[in-house]
Amino acid sequence: MNAGALGKLLQDGEVIVRQGEVGNCMFVIQQGQVEVLLKKGDADVCVAVLGEGDFFGEMALFDQEVRSATVRARGEVRILTLEKRTFLRRIHEDPSLAFRMLEKMSRRVRKLNETLNTALGRRGALR
Amino acid sequence: MNAAPMSPHPELDDGSRVAVMGGGPAGSFFSFFLLQMAHRTGLRIDVDIYEPRDFFATGPKGCNMCGGIISESLVQSLAAEGINLPASVVQRGIDSYLLHMDVGSVRIETPLQEMRIAAVHRGAGPRGTKANSDSRGFDGYLLELALAGGARLIRKRVDGVSRDDGRPRVKAQDGHEETYDLLAVTTGVNTPALKLFEGPLPAFKPPQSTKTYICELYMGRETIQRTLGTSMHVFLLNIPRLEFAALIPKGDFVTMCLLGKDIDKGLVESFFSSPEVRQCLPAGWDFPADFCHCSPKLNIRGAVNPFADRIVFIGDCGVTRLFKDGIGAAYRTAKAAAVTAVFEGIGAENFRRHFWPACQYLSTDNQIGRIVFAVTSQIQARRFLRRGVWRMVTAEQLKAGSLRRMSMVLWDTFTGSAPYRSVFLRTLHPLFWGRLLWEILAGLAGLGSPRQRGIAS
Repeated sequence: MNAGALGKLLQDGEVIVRQGEVGNCMFVIQQGQVEVLLKKGDADVCVAVLGEGDFFGEMALFDQEVRSATVRARGEVRILTLEKRTFLRRIHEDPSLAFRMLEKMSRRVRKLNETLNTALGRRGALR
Repeated sequence: MNAAPMSPHPELDDGSRVAVMGGGPAGSFFSFFLLQMAHRTGLRIDVDIYEPRDFFATGPKGCNMCGGIISESLVQSLAAEGINLPASVVQRGIDSYLLHMDVGSVRIETPLQEMRIAAVHRGAGPRGTKANSDSRGFDGYLLELALAGGARLIRKRVDGVSRDDGRPRVKAQDGHEETYDLLAVTTGVNTPALKLFEGPLPAFKPPQSTKTYICELYMGRETIQRTLGTSMHVFLLNIPRLEFAALIPKGDFVTMCLLGKDIDKGLVESFFSSPEVRQCLPAGWDFPADFCHCSPKLNIRGAVNPFADRIVFIGDCGVTRLFKDGIGAAYRTAKAAAVTAVFEGIGAENFRRHFWPACQYLSTDNQIGRIVFAVTSQIQARRFLRRGVWRMVTAEQLKAGSLRRMSMVLWDTFTGSAPYRSVFLRTLHPLFWGRLLWEILAGLAGLGSPRQRGIAS
């Protein structure tokens, strides 16, 4: 047993958040990896793999919407939960706490734009 | 020190130099966040950390003398900052605490049943830590983060501080002097360094402090796991002069923290020989012949005017939280000082308007904390109150989180996870008092305990 590990341990395949469910916390990966899955018809499509230090579930904290994707443990993973109320109160006290999150979210939007541009470029080429 | 600084609105500019006196958590947090924010805004500054101690050394040489608990709220804040404490730094993840009183013991678990509190060593480990141990101290880890962010470590003690045309001038122990644009004082209260400011900064009054007792007891990882487990053990015992006591399990060691008036060998022995403590320890276990122990000072009333033009006092040597979460207070005040320095300026007025409110928030909260601890002392001194509290907490363990009113009040009081004002407000709820009164009366009437009535296991 690793006495110094924080958070909670999840086994391979365990679902941490499920697409469409209401969420009131976000998660930071302490150890291991998770996969982000989007529902496409009956199938789950893996759109990203996140690793140590990455966080997920933050969108539900800010936009009051349901979870936008399912996140599942990929192998053994240890995650730390950040509760919505505690976290938003801390951001209210110290807005700079959100800097890092904004940086990460900005990177994700940039990556999404690139993916979209690539996809649109492909479609244009096919026409 | 000479009189007023050159500019009435001093700011950090490209090429500004910052000195940090002390490389403990307050100094490392300040350096880390200052450099991070400067980088984000495109400001190029140099940060020198003056720290003569080696936090990678075992024993007293590298230790900052503290219980070594990183609160639940700080673990979360650090994770959001991207500082995920590695398993080599966290000696043990804590997921619950056990409250021990003469009337019984009860376990209270973290709301989400996660390891959310980190028990750490401040140095590389107590005297006797195995040489091949792969564990690291918390202070050394934070210092490494600050150095990775661009700070420079100067392994010298600061022996003198003066002003050079309004700018702070730092004299190191070898006589070498340097002038800086800003000086952050993060020395804590356990060095004589604050005396350097008594004459030159007459408006600054150092914090008031009391002494505490901390010792590190070797028991071995397996034994600790079997006996103390992953719980912090808190004791409310009616022992004269003892206000608070805790056993904190770590890797191979258990940290024993005692808080009270004039703690001496007799008081330590009374505590150690009480049945509530003995039952937590392995049968037949006794104090080793040689063990790390210290009686560090603890800030109990914050400094007055912990800032001046181009000088700011952060962490324990300024304002901190009463009895709990000193590292969390260092994080908050260090960040407030860094934000002020980068975005507002480094004059006394800038610190008064933007750094001081963070300190005042802690000071006001500490006033409420004094009330909370006064009530706790009353409970500690009266058996019928202790029984009432124990009955209420025991009965709550099968309820949902939000209904565990006493458990959460005790949890936040003992772990420092929430401000004292939040703890106090929750105790004003009529249901809190109604239930407590009922359990006190039921205890006095000799009704069966909640456990006997089958309410809790």
